Amino acid sequence: MSAADNVRPLRRGLAGAGAIRERRLQSGGAGDRIFKLLTGAMAWLVLILLAGAAFSMFWGGRLAFQTFGWKFLYSANWDPVGRQFGALVPIYGTVVSSLIAIILAVPMSFGIAIFLTEVAPKWLRGPVGAAIELLAAIPSIIYGMWGLFVFVPFMSLHVEPWLNDNLGPAPIIGALFTGPPIGIGMLTAGIILGIMIIPFITAVMRDVFMAVPDALREAAVSLGATTWETVGRVSLPYTRSAVVGAIFLGLGRALGETMAVTFVLGNAHEFTKSLLMPGNSIAAAIANEFTEADSKIYLSSLIALGFLLFVVTFIVLAAAKFLLLRIGRLEGARA
Amino acid sequence: MLMRIATRAAAALVSCTVLAANAQAADITGAGSTFVYPVLSQWSSDYSRIAGDRVNYQSIGSGGGIAQIRAATVDFGASDMPLSPTDLDKAGLAQFPIVIGGILPVVHIQGVRAGQMHFTGPLLAAIYLGAIKKWNDPIIAKTNPGVKLPDAAITVVHRSDGSGTTYNWAHYLGQVSPIWKAQVGEGTSVKWPVGVGGKGNEGVAAYVNQIPNSIGYVEYAYVIQNKMAWGSVLNRAGRFIGPSIPAFQAAAATADWAHATDFDLVMTNAPGPNAYPVTATSFAIMYRHPKNAQRSATALKFFRWAMEKGQPQATRLDYVSLPPALVKRIEAYWAAQIK
Repeated sequence: MSAADNVRPLRRGLAGAGAIRERRLQSGGAGDRIFKLLTGAMAWLVLILLAGAAFSMFWGGRLAFQTFGWKFLYSANWDPVGRQFGALVPIYGTVVSSLIAIILAVPMSFGIAIFLTEVAPKWLRGPVGAAIELLAAIPSIIYGMWGLFVFVPFMSLHVEPWLNDNLGPAPIIGALFTGPPIGIGMLTAGIILGIMIIPFITAVMRDVFMAVPDALREAAVSLGATTWETVGRVSLPYTRSAVVGAIFLGLGRALGETMAVTFVLGNAHEFTKSLLMPGNSIAAAIANEFTEADSKIYLSSLIALGFLLFVVTFIVLAAAKFLLLRIGRLEGARA
Repeated sequence: MLMRIATRAAAALVSCTVLAANAQAADITGAGSTFVYPVLSQWSSDYSRIAGDRVNYQSIGSGGGIAQIRAATVDFGASDMPLSPTDLDKAGLAQFPIVIGGILPVVHIQGVRAGQMHFTGPLLAAIYLGAIKKWNDPIIAKTNPGVKLPDAAITVVHRSDGSGTTYNWAHYLGQVSPIWKAQVGEGTSVKWPVGVGGKGNEGVAAYVNQIPNSIGYVEYAYVIQNKMAWGSVLNRAGRFIGPSIPAFQAAAATADWAHATDFDLVMTNAPGPNAYPVTATSFAIMYRHPKNAQRSATALKFFRWAMEKGQPQATRLDYVSLPPALVKRIEAYWAAQIK
């Protein structure tokens, strides 16, 4: 038998396979094309909706931007009677309360997710996981009511006097913790927001930690790594982008939260450094004042606030992507 | 086959009767002030039992009500703030009062019960301006001898949303304090110098209940139903008046309706000896020459019934119905203006 004899059946087989593939493309080809078109259309639809929403809010707020210019961003003067509006207080309140929420929620979510995936016995994972998901399902207005009727008195009677006495006199951070202990304020709102976003971040983190391949984890353990080292050096780097995504999912929820915040933030258009004082947030300001905005400039200012929330969320997301890119590049450089 | 014909016939019969029923009862829509919502919803449910016409009212706030009637998406708008005759003329609208209420200062001070606190107008303005910061300030103590006032900071509570209640409160403070008039002015939303904002009358009431040493302003109905510690206010005749239906009616009776075109009058600081100074009216706004004359006529029939026969419901809900002289004036206005 010559070499050509061996190749002949192979060539015949390959030609057959090619024929089969051709047939498959011809018969299901239209279906594939339609599928591609449809899914592509969905993706484009999302982009168009996003751009449309951003543009319509910018268009609605253009009167405010034209009238006040850049002053709109740093003026704390919100005067419906005198028709002067400045977005500093709502922006500041939104950013600060969300920051407090994230500082509170991220370590706790990490802890819960790692407990559920690494430490907890198998029979505990189901109930605790279900409890987390139930917490996520609680409507935000219930959090607001619980906050106002249960948490605010607790803050005003026990926590805020303690903060005033012990942290108030401190040199730099003292200004953050002085103020009348009324219970309502940015710190309370931030804590309640933190409790609200823990379930979201935990759920995603837990799913993502469970998706780390067992082979990787077992390899680390076989090299003598402790649980913490496994988590820190194997699970976390593997799931890095998903974890950052989870954190920013929670942050996005906190930035846009309306009802829980408006109950406990105090809705005062006053700029104060102290966390114990009331403030305002963009979503709460819009929800409170939209129906009664009786002048065009008032309405336009509220829509402009909505556009600014869009911008803040966008900046936060861009920062997340940048962070991921930098860590990835560092890891790449190290490897 | 027979079954199918029978079911189709039954469905047709049912839909016919439903359509027939709907053709007779008209649905009037209204939107606006949250202040009048409790009494309007009670009136509308009683009226639909008597006359069959349903009134569908959405309490979205006075500003929303004005916007909706301007856009002619509802048959009547309800607002706590009257529109000026010029604005009404330009838009072809008519307005008239429908119900009266009072706005009370409420406090949350340990040991202070309803009716114990006395306020003068300038004192309330000073508190809301942030000029008086503590409860044991000598000015407050002078007006309240015998009340044990704590050495604590006053937490001022106001409305976070735009509201006719705020409009009347700010209007009253502007009448009694030139500083307030110059610095803050009046409107459904104002630039509050101090304080925290609650959403709706309920929000202010909740904040005052939760925060010790606070003061807020709430509508009479909410104060009575939540049993809050209200304070009496000095009226223009020099007497401290507390909230009561006769006190609000005295304010409405002594207000100068004869000279108010289109009833454009805010009743605060009324002159009568028994008048409660912070009394407010809610207005209904309708088109003078409506596109749908039948619905407009039905709405007027509803208001006529409410004003002439709706007193028991209003009183039960702690509202004040209009005095009979004012009702006659309003009915004459309808005959002249709304066709």
